[in-house]
Amino acid sequence: MNKLLLTGIIIIGILTLAAVFAPFISPYDPNQINEGSMLMPPSRAHLFGTDSLGRDLFSRMAYGARISLTIGLLAVGISTVVGIFFGSVAGYFGSWADSLIMRFVDIMLCFPTFFLILSVVAILEPSIYNIMIIIGLTNWMGVARLIRAEILSLKEREFIQAEVALGASHPRIIFYHLIPNAVGPVIVSAVLGIAGAILLESGLSFLGLGVQPPTASWGNILIEAKSTLGVAWWITIFPGMAIFVTILGFNFLGEGLKKKIG
Amino acid sequence: MIAYILKRLLGIIPMLIGITLISFLVIHLAPGKPTTIQQALNPKVSLEVRDRLEKLYGLDKPLPVQYFNWLNRFIRFDFGRSFADDRPVTEKILERIPLTLVINIISLFLIFLLAIPIGVKSAVRPGGLFDKSSTAFVFIFFALPGFWLALILMNWLGVQLRLLPVSGIKSLDFEYLGFWGKLMDQAWHLVLPIFVSCVGGLAGLSRYMRQNMMEALEQPYIYTARAKGLSENKVVYKHALRNALLPVVTILGLSIPGLLGGSVIFESLFALPGIGRLFYEAVMMRDYPLIMAELVIGAALTLLGSLMADIGYACVDPRIRYKKQ
Repeated sequence: MNKLLLTGIIIIGILTLAAVFAPFISPYDPNQINEGSMLMPPSRAHLFGTDSLGRDLFSRMAYGARISLTIGLLAVGISTVVGIFFGSVAGYFGSWADSLIMRFVDIMLCFPTFFLILSVVAILEPSIYNIMIIIGLTNWMGVARLIRAEILSLKEREFIQAEVALGASHPRIIFYHLIPNAVGPVIVSAVLGIAGAILLESGLSFLGLGVQPPTASWGNILIEAKSTLGVAWWITIFPGMAIFVTILGFNFLGEGLKKKIG
Repeated sequence: MIAYILKRLLGIIPMLIGITLISFLVIHLAPGKPTTIQQALNPKVSLEVRDRLEKLYGLDKPLPVQYFNWLNRFIRFDFGRSFADDRPVTEKILERIPLTLVINIISLFLIFLLAIPIGVKSAVRPGGLFDKSSTAFVFIFFALPGFWLALILMNWLGVQLRLLPVSGIKSLDFEYLGFWGKLMDQAWHLVLPIFVSCVGGLAGLSRYMRQNMMEALEQPYIYTARAKGLSENKVVYKHALRNALLPVVTILGLSIPGLLGGSVIFESLFALPGIGRLFYEAVMMRDYPLIMAELVIGAALTLLGSLMADIGYACVDPRIRYKKQ
């Protein structure tokens, strides 16, 4: 096991535990407004301090970890499934299906992702589910290209030709033989994609167009950092640090896996 | 070469149609008519605005007809009027473009200026001290959320040290400054935004440059160059670097969507009147004509960027234009 992979697993492991056990590790209710303790600096009572409504930052961030990790995982789940579908159809069937799908991919890649996501958010309401789906549906193109390239080269190999000669059906060849053999690079790109999705979500929430308050997300906690600039450093530092470490963790994991898979 | 350019130019027509089609579908994504959504979200929308919307999109007609009408206006750069202040959308966008353009061109220039030498130096001695430390920086820069970095720098350099302005593009005494004073004042306001928008791209490009350079250094012609006794400098900078630089040209075009997307956050954060902030405002106000126009223009700019990059690539590397014919 290489160092990158190990570091990644440890970071993501800790974060996942924090997210899963958020109700147990949070000393306070994350949405409990407390007028007596507004903008308190970190102390023994409030490990990461409190925000302008007196809510405990540590508790909010623990619950925020749930939101960020869930959105990251599910968004990438969606984009991976969509990408594998389009990529394998394009790669396997070739001809017009391939050109049609690949032109579609090229067109989708022209849109600045953030513009596309914001446009959809402007029409639908920003909710956790919408954000997840939108991020998923605007980020599948990389996976589609990847799996198409893999399948194009796998298709020529003897074991696939043997399957064809044996009369295996198209879905059987695609799902039982091609996709399992192309899965390595897809896993790597999915892990790196989670980092990207979490970054997108935090950016959206920071703009006020992602996860809506009072539900805590690392991005929307940072909204308040803007108005408390120079007053409450902890509101800037801790949530940003959480995003940074999470992305670092997934990048380590992804790069480590890339090295291991080869 | 001319045949190649013509072929590429023809190729963008279906792409443009695709872009407008997707943008058109995005606005029709909403269940029901866009007008009813507009009303539900913003009860202040008057009947008059609703009528105008209906007319703008020709909502009483079937979808294909609506699309062609809309496309017809788009071709003539008629994007309708903004809901927010009733000004023509084209005018609003045009006045915001220069700032975004300046910020992104300077950022791109700085990114290339720094990333290429960093990538080359890392690749020349992989695993060396420089390579290791630059790799560490790449990981850190990649993971830094740009807006968080911006907040920290605003806090530190702006609020605490009072070295740099944190918002807007002009100081309060801007009107009283001379020409150079005005220019310096604006440049001063752009230091932080440009720095922040460089960080992610710098990490990405230096990594990409390192990869290219390592591949170039393993080519047979490098062995030949070394074998005939050329100095190491000549081998690296003349033979390897030139070849490693070729694919970097295409990155220029590919980096446009990222920069445009990033400008939404940075321009909102630093209160800069560019198209990113305009887009943010449009989304907040649900100003559909403006959103649609920016969506299409953003995608068209990307398309243009990649087209220019491809043509540039074909200019410097003849293999490309023969291979693709």
